Amino acid sequence: MPILLREALRTFRRTPLLSALSVASIGFSLFTIGLFALVALNFREALRSVAERVEVVGFVLRGTPTETVMAASQDIEAFPEVLEVRYVSADEALARARAELVEFREAFRDLETNPLPASLEIRLQPEFRNAASAQAVAERLRGFPFVDDVRYGRDWVQRLDRLRNLAGIVGLVIGLAFAVVAMVIIGVTIRIIVLQRATEIAIMRLVGATNRYIRGPFLLEGILKGAGGGGLAVGMCWLTFLVFRQTATGLGTGPVFFGGVEIGLILVFGTAIGLVGTLLSVGRHLRHV
Amino acid sequence: MIRFTHVSKTYPNGVTALRDVSFHVAKGEFVLLTGHSGAGKSSILSLIFAEQKPSAGEVKVSGLPVGRLPAGQIPRLRRKLGIVFQDFRLLPYRTVEENVGFALEVTGARREGIPDRVMRVLARVGLAGKARVYPKELSGGEQQRVAFARALVNDPPIFLADEPTGNLDERAARGIFQLLQDINAGGAVVLMATHNLALVRDTPYRILELKSGAIVYDSAQQGSDAIGPGPA
Repeated sequence: MPILLREALRTFRRTPLLSALSVASIGFSLFTIGLFALVALNFREALRSVAERVEVVGFVLRGTPTETVMAASQDIEAFPEVLEVRYVSADEALARARAELVEFREAFRDLETNPLPASLEIRLQPEFRNAASAQAVAERLRGFPFVDDVRYGRDWVQRLDRLRNLAGIVGLVIGLAFAVVAMVIIGVTIRIIVLQRATEIAIMRLVGATNRYIRGPFLLEGILKGAGGGGLAVGMCWLTFLVFRQTATGLGTGPVFFGGVEIGLILVFGTAIGLVGTLLSVGRHLRHV
Repeated sequence: MIRFTHVSKTYPNGVTALRDVSFHVAKGEFVLLTGHSGAGKSSILSLIFAEQKPSAGEVKVSGLPVGRLPAGQIPRLRRKLGIVFQDFRLLPYRTVEENVGFALEVTGARREGIPDRVMRVLARVGLAGKARVYPKELSGGEQQRVAFARALVNDPPIFLADEPTGNLDERAARGIFQLLQDINAGGAVVLMATHNLALVRDTPYRILELKSGAIVYDSAQQGSDAIGPGPA
């Protein structure tokens, strides 16, 4: 076994409790960040499913030939913001109203003429499901002579925008705060480990060890602890997710968990924290002894 | 091998440990640094192994200007020195052979050759049968011998001992002193800081006596047969 690995593992064997505590402290620190990220992820998913309902509806003037509307709808479909354009004829609109507005079924049945206009329902690309884009599409739609009126639920789309902005800012602030707290806890943990081994470092230097030689096992130990902490954090997030999913069944699409990329990021972040924290702590110690 | 030229050392807290100290130690010499606690014995040793830098003057070890040595060069200097202390400074969770082998590993010695070299040096200090035990299972004298083995394993040309018998009973102290004499007989320069005058009395070695950071007596300046303590 290489000396580097042997020395790093020796610490785990020699001080199992301190090693376990440091892995746990890294794990719990990353768990708070991971948990927050999980909430943010699910909140974003929820917002996305709401945003899917953002659409611009253009009502067509009575008497407009269907061909004219269909031809225009192809132009509209070419707008960069537009995902899909659907033509809803007057008859279809009435049928839909009869099916959806049950309480007015009697009123609809006695109609002699269809009061509902035909319309174009325009769904936007995911990245354009916001108030500004919806308004831009609405303005362009108004430019078509056969368009009588345009609706896109301006109020609630604007509210959705505000909610998204707020969620972004709150998420960033809380996420950063958690990250700072995690870094501090991990930094303190690693510092304790370095101080606990100050005598060993002094003896190593006495017999002519280079700083590089001294740092090596510490860095490997930091990397292993960081990665272990990251794994622990992912495990705890998964358990929390399982518990939450059981209680949240029947709430529509249900909660989502991290994908491979996010899990990889947590592990890499844990490893990086272990590495950087050790590098700083040991480097500082070596400069001052 | 070791040359101090007008060396002074003042610590950041304002305490002056050495004042205008000059001396030269030639190849093969055995030098006893004596004086009361705080006289500056340990400061001289710590300047030699570059734990401290002189505030003024120059310290040269094997021709190297130790006080001006870049940090990256200090490990190379220390590999040429064997250093032992009063408190042994062993790693308690490593066996005797691991404590000694460790000093070889840090120098990048070939791993295959380490066990043999460790066993040879343990035999030299009289601990061949204790390779697998931990320091806490040994007596004070034996622990100091492990420290000696660790210091000797790289065959250093200069051996520094800072109060090596300070924690030992008289019998163990005599054993350690004999070990130092053997090391010197093997060709290494030995510098031993001690206030145990009873132990070093009647020995033919050079004595440098320090008082308040200054050399007040050097037996080499008094004639080749000078022994015993100089003026107080």
